[in-house]
Amino acid sequence: MNDENLITIKVNQKEVEVNKNLTVMQACEIAGEEIPRFCYHDKLSIAGNCRMCLVEVEKVPKLMSSCDMPLMEGMSIITNSEKVKSGRKGVMEFLLINHPLDCPICDQGGECDLQDQAMYYGFDKSRFSENKRAVENKNMGPLVNTIMTRCIHCTRCVRFASEVAGVPEIGMLGRGENAEITTYLEKSITSELSGNVIDLCPVGALTSKPYKFKARPWELKRTDSIDIFDGVGSNIRIDSRAEEILRITPRVNEDINEEWITDKVRFNYDAYYNQRIDKPYIKKGSKLLASNWDESLDILKNKLKKSSPFALVGPQTDLETGYAVSKFMSNFGSDRVEVRTDNQTILNNNPFSYIFNSSILNVEESDLIILIGVNPKIEAPIINYKILKSYNKGNDIYNIGDNINLNYPTNYLGKDINSLQDQKLIEKIKKSKYPIIIVGSAYSTHATPEDLKSLFVFSKNYNLITESKNNLNFLTPYASRVGQLLIGNTQSQEFEPMNFLESKFKDGSYDLLLSFNSEEISNPIFKDIFKVYFGHHGDLGAMSADLVLPTPLYTEKNSTFINTEGRPQEAFKCHNTIGQAKEEWTILKKLSELMDYRNDFNSFNDVRSGLLKDFKFNFEFNSIIDFNLVINFDDTIKFKSSTFNYPINNFYFSDVVSKNSKIMAKCVEENTNIKQEKVVNR
Amino acid sequence: MLNKEDKIFTNLHGFEDPFLKGALNRGVWSTTKEILKKEPNEIIELVKSSQLRGRGGAGFPTGLKWSFMPKDTGKQHYLVVNADESEPGTCKDREMIRNDPHMLIEGCLISSYAIQASKCYIYIRGEYFFEYQQLEKAIKEAYEKNLIGKNACGSSFDFDLYVHRGAGAYICGEETALLESLEGKKGQPRLKPPFPAGAGLYGMPTTINNVESIAVVPTILRKGPDWFKALGSENNTGTKVYCISGNVNNPCTIEEEMGIPLKELIEKYAGGVQGGWENLLAIIPGGSSTPLLPKNICETVKMNFDDLKANGSGLGTAGIIVVSKDFDVAEVIERFSHFYKHESCGQCTPCREGTGWMHRMMQKLIKGDISPEQLELLENVTKQIEGHTICAFGDAAAWPIQGLIKNFKTELLSRYKENR
Repeated sequence: MNDENLITIKVNQKEVEVNKNLTVMQACEIAGEEIPRFCYHDKLSIAGNCRMCLVEVEKVPKLMSSCDMPLMEGMSIITNSEKVKSGRKGVMEFLLINHPLDCPICDQGGECDLQDQAMYYGFDKSRFSENKRAVENKNMGPLVNTIMTRCIHCTRCVRFASEVAGVPEIGMLGRGENAEITTYLEKSITSELSGNVIDLCPVGALTSKPYKFKARPWELKRTDSIDIFDGVGSNIRIDSRAEEILRITPRVNEDINEEWITDKVRFNYDAYYNQRIDKPYIKKGSKLLASNWDESLDILKNKLKKSSPFALVGPQTDLETGYAVSKFMSNFGSDRVEVRTDNQTILNNNPFSYIFNSSILNVEESDLIILIGVNPKIEAPIINYKILKSYNKGNDIYNIGDNINLNYPTNYLGKDINSLQDQKLIEKIKKSKYPIIIVGSAYSTHATPEDLKSLFVFSKNYNLITESKNNLNFLTPYASRVGQLLIGNTQSQEFEPMNFLESKFKDGSYDLLLSFNSEEISNPIFKDIFKVYFGHHGDLGAMSADLVLPTPLYTEKNSTFINTEGRPQEAFKCHNTIGQAKEEWTILKKLSELMDYRNDFNSFNDVRSGLLKDFKFNFEFNSIIDFNLVINFDDTIKFKSSTFNYPINNFYFSDVVSKNSKIMAKCVEENTNIKQEKVVNR
Repeated sequence: MLNKEDKIFTNLHGFEDPFLKGALNRGVWSTTKEILKKEPNEIIELVKSSQLRGRGGAGFPTGLKWSFMPKDTGKQHYLVVNADESEPGTCKDREMIRNDPHMLIEGCLISSYAIQASKCYIYIRGEYFFEYQQLEKAIKEAYEKNLIGKNACGSSFDFDLYVHRGAGAYICGEETALLESLEGKKGQPRLKPPFPAGAGLYGMPTTINNVESIAVVPTILRKGPDWFKALGSENNTGTKVYCISGNVNNPCTIEEEMGIPLKELIEKYAGGVQGGWENLLAIIPGGSSTPLLPKNICETVKMNFDDLKANGSGLGTAGIIVVSKDFDVAEVIERFSHFYKHESCGQCTPCREGTGWMHRMMQKLIKGDISPEQLELLENVTKQIEGHTICAFGDAAAWPIQGLIKNFKTELLSRYKENR
């Protein structure tokens, strides 16, 4: 903090030094005075309409709302006078007169701002003898349950929809007493972040539909975890009771997801108990028949003994599993694991060519963003929010690839990657202070190594890459990708590794496939090969396997994930595994014992410590890995490929878990009914 | 008593031609070019020294308001004229726009010049359709004669004037709600600070003035601030257009000196109270949002900002509503509170929830269903709304009821006993 920004004010006669750019409410908080509030939220614009945060300012006759009041030198703020107390009591009473007394049947009960603040700041009995207002409930889709009579018109959801979700689809209709919060057209809002209005709502007006009447907050056990359904690695908190997850809410992480999470991770938890693989299965004829661990491992052992196996690692595989797999596969030779099942091109296993180099936090600082083959809205809604933040500051967003529908207008440059070298754009880049390029897997799966090199040269030429920054970002939609690549679970082939793999299977170099939760197992290139599927959901992958072994979901084991910007984070075990599922490293340990291979792992901690020991870079949980590499390529820019193939078509059905979620299915149904709006370009 | 030659609005009653020909006859546009030769600051100083106070209700000194406008920012400045006259009992702006629109247009030009605003918006109440037509016609005339537009009046000052019609919401008369509405948003008052002079219409420095405040400016500059100051008393100078309605024999809108005794105004121009002065019960002196005055105060009170304030009310928009003994004053206030319940924008809590509560209690009150404790509660509710809201609407909704309870408490309590 700059010293000249400091001013001295008084809060309840106590002198404090604070930054002059703060509001009175923030200053009071620094001084240790709690100010009640409903409409104020640090991530949203200030509305100042609940009037709960009234304070007295010396020499001002009226009470002032503190959330929108700027500070002035020498200001004396009083938060505990009789006048303030009576003012708050009055506001509290007004909020309660038309609020139904249905706390016993309200899902917000126990974590309700109104309840809590009424205890501290309200009257003890009602003086209101008129009839209460009732408001018709609105349909907000399959995720958000509405009981609008409870609404206190704080407009947090309205501001969230327009400022964070970027879709101004919630608003207040009507006037005075008859004002109602609504989505205008009785439909869900067309945002991947819509579920966050549930957390924002300070009362029980907007609650979670799937969680409706399920539990009280004090019954729940909290487990910290990570969102594994995209590459962002949002921090989540899993609330469970006994052996059942009842809801998932965000954890605040200012560097990544702030306090939002996507609808997918928030609501697909019903699939954690749906279509799960309960025990080992063996294919006999064309049918998968139930088996047991002894039999299936015996078969696998015999198969492995006389064959040359290859392993695929899936999009949601944790780091420890990947490490155990790579250790196990090294018994058969090198280069035997692949995570790039989508053919992603990387350069010489250089982390810079697959990592979100600028960090997620810096996206909002950018004043020019170029998207290449990426649909951030569905591949990484949180990063899309950061882009929206930059757009809202008046910055331009350029797009190369398909003319996709985002919640902000883009400057569309067409499908040719060479339009990056458009003179106008280059002028813009030269003028901008902090330009950012985001390359998505729609491009990086088809780009040749020369294309990627050209991108690096381009970025170096126009100061996107300097000694202090690297703003050429590669965004992966998969939670496992960066981590698995960092521990070397990939072939040395840079370009089209799957095609390379196909030729290897054809020439007989490999003749057995282990798939760790990768649906690529169903790819026809592995048609006549003995396939083993380690997975948790009986989906396409399990169907096409010859041997199916049940493994736990991320909520059933401790694990580590490295997100797209290279930040390792820990996900903790919430409850025991379902059915006979066993953690991958224990299965591999058993196999090693059966096959008389060396085995180093006797516990999960052994796996993790081995992983940390073998990790090439300085590894610290929750902070971005410092790769400390120098990028050097020759100076020619020569783009070859301009093919784009977007990885995710349907946000709600992007992975094996979500595909088995009934709630996600409802979302898909809801969204197919909504007319797609025309793409707006600038 | 105002002399005929001191009247500013000489065609208030529409006996003459409202358009350019008539206006030129009345001296409008006569020395505009000379006035525009003065420095903008000079005009602001002259208006300041005339002690003109805003005619929209709050009575803030107009010259002082103009001086808050930032200088030499290079930004677009705006003048917004508030013609969204919706205060019950008030109809002064309507008469001015209908019968003398050129006075307003000339005022807009000069005031805009003073605050260096090349663009001016007149936000006119949606229901004033005829007045809107009159105004548009007059603006067209002014453009044709190059009185406004590029190089207005040959002064090398470029000036554009637009008229925007409201859609019938009382709250859009609140200056920041008016700006929101003008920008095409829902008419809800903004948080202050920032004040419009810093960030107003489209985020640019903006001054918002009432029609009457703007329309009197050219005459002040022509006749000089000293002439204006000589009328009325210190800090309450000039003339004022009063609207008298209710239980009088001859409801009228009339221009008089600031500070004329209320009784004189009613006796002289409105033909007296129906059934004689003795039949008077109470008078609401400044539009529906000012507290009412009982008869004994009406005898002596002067119609200006300070005297009315000292007597527990306010000049407001000078919309005088007379209530005689033939009517129930509580019913009048109940009707007002229904109006405020209906017009509350719903943005902030005390006003949204409180206006409905107050109206329901007022409904009970007129039936005599309210016990002394509940009457106390009603008064307490008005106190909880007053001063706790974003804009002054909450105060406006609370004051009439406070005035009623203050002056007629015994009468209100006796109803309860009668009813038992």
